[in-house]
Amino acid sequence: MVAKRIIACLDIRGGRVVKGVRFSDHADMGDPLDLALRYRDEGADELVIYDITASAEARTIDYLWLARIARSLDIPLCVAGGVRSIEQAIACLENGADKVSINSPALSRPEFITELADIAGSQCVVVGVDSRSIDGVWRAYQFAGDERTIRQTERRTLDWIMEAEARGAGEVVVNCMDSDGVRNGFDVEQLRAARARLTIPLVASGGAGAPQHFVDVFEKADVSAALAAGLFHRREASVGDVKRAVSAAGIEVRL
Amino acid sequence: MTVAVVNLGVGNTASIIFALERLGAKAQLTADARVISDAERVILPGVGAAAFAMRRMEAAGLRDAILNFPRPLLGVCLGQQLLFERSEEGAAACLGVIPGEVTRLRAAADRPIPHMGWSRLAVARSHPLTEGVKSGDYCYFVHSFAAPVNDNAVASAEYGARFAAMVARENFWGCQFHPERSGAVGARILSNFLAFKC
Repeated sequence: MVAKRIIACLDIRGGRVVKGVRFSDHADMGDPLDLALRYRDEGADELVIYDITASAEARTIDYLWLARIARSLDIPLCVAGGVRSIEQAIACLENGADKVSINSPALSRPEFITELADIAGSQCVVVGVDSRSIDGVWRAYQFAGDERTIRQTERRTLDWIMEAEARGAGEVVVNCMDSDGVRNGFDVEQLRAARARLTIPLVASGGAGAPQHFVDVFEKADVSAALAAGLFHRREASVGDVKRAVSAAGIEVRL
Repeated sequence: MTVAVVNLGVGNTASIIFALERLGAKAQLTADARVISDAERVILPGVGAAAFAMRRMEAAGLRDAILNFPRPLLGVCLGQQLLFERSEEGAAACLGVIPGEVTRLRAAADRPIPHMGWSRLAVARSHPLTEGVKSGDYCYFVHSFAAPVNDNAVASAEYGARFAAMVARENFWGCQFHPERSGAVGARILSNFLAFKC
């Protein structure tokens, strides 16, 4: 079968890795390449580099630092942040990304998912969703990288991820905003509901505060992968610590 | 060592080129038949869908250069699938250097498609490509179609059913997984591919 993936995410702002709590109050965590190599060496199964303010600032990621990281990495690399045209997505792939994650621009123009999948293949297309519960309904948010631009959309998260799959996405990442940065664990309820609606892989994001949280989300929501940032940046647990805990629970990971 | 990476359209070919450069090879993305024929190694990468890739290959006049290439050629991901006779993906006729048909992986409740992630290899027979690689080693896969395990399989992997993870017939070799993104195991496989004495 396939091992559950542990993904380290580098949230980047102004060329530095940052970490916020509930999508605001960002603190400096270091140089992107240093952290990318540290997580690779710790056994990360994949890296996401996410330019968190690119969409809100109407620009895309810096291809030079993307290529700098991609040249050194021998594990899969996904890029997110401000990609809203085919040309930008292709430029990401040509600078060493294996997958491109689209979020706010896909909400603005859902056909973009299909256009990108037709050209680059579904395996390159990840749709990320920033989701929060409003009056008991999970809703998709847009431009969540900056508290001045964030806005709720008309879309229900669970409908939107099914539409994303139908339009050609190869993978979905649900960023659970209510649990993001709080370190109390992944939003198992929301992720289980999301998982039941998809036939493509689902990645859990938001809330990892301890290795046991990964065990919980794999056991209770059966996601394909779980992503964390702050937990690893702050050295509260290494990728290896997480993998040993998941493996000890009888779940297959690549050790 | 010069390596021609065949340009069949948009895809993550930069990843492969970076990996070859890390191993000291000089890699070039090309759709020029002469560059392919003159290269010391050829990589047929995994880009797009089978029918589309075969059309691109024919339109660019690369089919003969690939079929007549006398030194090791490595198909990666879709590139491995193109070595077989046919693919269910777009009902495509492929290169036919390896017998068999590529078929769609079946989704199940506990098995999302694409098969995306790290799976274990089972080495089926010894081959220069698997020097230093053992059963149980993990490689990174991303695919929705897979090739059958037959006499040409060098290694298999399992996702609902067993499929060919690595193949070899004469100088035509293949990996269903992405060696360029499979850590130290993948680097070893690429280095075996480059180091083979022809």
